[in-house]
Amino acid sequence: MDLQELYRETILEHSRRPRLAGLREPFDTEVRRVNPVCGDEVTLRLRLGGGSGGDRPLADVSYDAVGCSISEASTSVMVEALTGRSAADAALAYRAFHDIVTTRGTTSGDPLDHLPADLAEALGDAPAFAGVARYPARTPCAMLGWAALRQALVETG
Amino acid sequence: MNRVPGPDLVDDFPVLARTVRDGKRLVYLDSGATSQRPLQVLDAERRFVTTSNAAVHRGAHQLAEEATEAYEGARATIAAFVGARPDEVVLTKNATEGINLIAYSLGNAATTPGAEHLALGPGDEVVVTEMEHHANLVPWQELCRRTGATLRWYGVTDDGRLDLDSVELSERTKVLAFVHTSNVLGTINPVTELVARARAVGALVVLDACQSVPHLPVDLPALGADVAVFSGHKMLGPTGIGVLWARSELLEQLPPFLTGGSMIATVTMEASTWAPVPQKFEAGVPMVSQAVGLAAACDYLTEIGMDVVAAHERALTRRILTGLADLPGVRVVGPNGTTTPALAERGGTVAFVVDGVHAHDVGQVLDDEGIAVRVGHHCAWPLHRRMGVQATVRASTHVYSTEADVDALLQAVRTTQRFFGVVGVSA
Repeated sequence: MDLQELYRETILEHSRRPRLAGLREPFDTEVRRVNPVCGDEVTLRLRLGGGSGGDRPLADVSYDAVGCSISEASTSVMVEALTGRSAADAALAYRAFHDIVTTRGTTSGDPLDHLPADLAEALGDAPAFAGVARYPARTPCAMLGWAALRQALVETG
Repeated sequence: MNRVPGPDLVDDFPVLARTVRDGKRLVYLDSGATSQRPLQVLDAERRFVTTSNAAVHRGAHQLAEEATEAYEGARATIAAFVGARPDEVVLTKNATEGINLIAYSLGNAATTPGAEHLALGPGDEVVVTEMEHHANLVPWQELCRRTGATLRWYGVTDDGRLDLDSVELSERTKVLAFVHTSNVLGTINPVTELVARARAVGALVVLDACQSVPHLPVDLPALGADVAVFSGHKMLGPTGIGVLWARSELLEQLPPFLTGGSMIATVTMEASTWAPVPQKFEAGVPMVSQAVGLAAACDYLTEIGMDVVAAHERALTRRILTGLADLPGVRVVGPNGTTTPALAERGGTVAFVVDGVHAHDVGQVLDDEGIAVRVGHHCAWPLHRRMGVQATVRASTHVYSTEADVDALLQAVRTTQRFFGVVGVSA
């Protein structure tokens, strides 16, 4: 059944039990993103650690996500994978995740193969979202939290 | 041939015979978003394009004459469908454009001789409702922003009806704009009562009839409104055509919205004068084949009888409401009564939520079962906030919908609950 391809157990599990959820302080910037088609919302706070440019770590990413299981789970996977990692890693991860949920299996190879091994390992739950690519209407759901993080990084950059 | 609503119409709507998602029968329950078109509509458009296609209201050749005749004939058919005179019907791109036309024309009334009494300014009010489609909300927000008028609105009760005590109209109320049948809740609003209130203070009544005209017998002049809009594609007609009906003296007084070719009487380098209504509001070459198609859709519905269409949809609505009420963990957002009087006060759109499953996820499972519904806020975001839900699943029927469609929907909602492991679980 195609549905099980889309709703992998990883996704259902993250949506039932989102990791590191809730809004915390302190934070450097807060971003609110809405999917205008369905009304799904995410509020995301980012606190960066010391350092310069892309080396600065995502010291804390906290969030409040209300939406479908795909959007809630992808935010949870993102936050779990990227908290503590560098801003540069977050940018690489964004591109890889976007590839996973949009390429409909048309690109050869695994988008995670292009990442540093430790980052790919941290994103171990991301390939569960590959089924989203078959349903273009769901891509904005999967990208909602990621778009919020990218915006937060731009605003703190 | 005497057409009967339901499964017998499948031959007229070939799309309903197709399969989706690996061989599933298409169950189309998204007619509130757009309806399917019968062959009769396509045939009428094809006949026009293959025999008489030309720009209307210009040219002296035979095709131009035939095209103009087809266009004006279509206008007359569409007008008659809602009990109106042809010169009170303006054809627009869609219903949204119709509401914008009125809002912009009112916004320009202050500088239009003969229309000054329609102008809005600071201290004046536009009153809408909390259950409006964005198309009947945002243009009024913008009109208020441009003119300094104040936007107010009737609230909605917990059971999805207008709270008629929430606003008192006053002499400052210039416009009362409201939806006839809610595109989410299905609620049919009390037009007579609201018109009487607007009349008492001299306010203009603008009716969004997008979800009523396609499904019920509607006589627009008899309803007492000043303006009404509806769209072609929700009533078995083509996209790209909407209808604005307005009392002719209002159309005479209001300034044009879009200007240019076709809508003028005289043009000099300094200034222009306008064509008589309705041409004054139809700048540019209009959508002739769509008008012909919409007229064919009106004929198709008239042949069945709008009272028969309405009865068919009421029976299906009862089946949906009764079936959903039997499912634990499913809640209808809007009036859910299934008695005959209760059903007479609602249309055939049923919005619901499934506890523990987001509407988007419900829609995904339904789609997997071949069932097309709408999920989200259905362009009525403030209404969803008011009802305390982020998104709903909306099933909506039309003349071709069947009991089998409804049963497939109910079965698939059960499948959804099983898939997400929430059977009978309350949120």
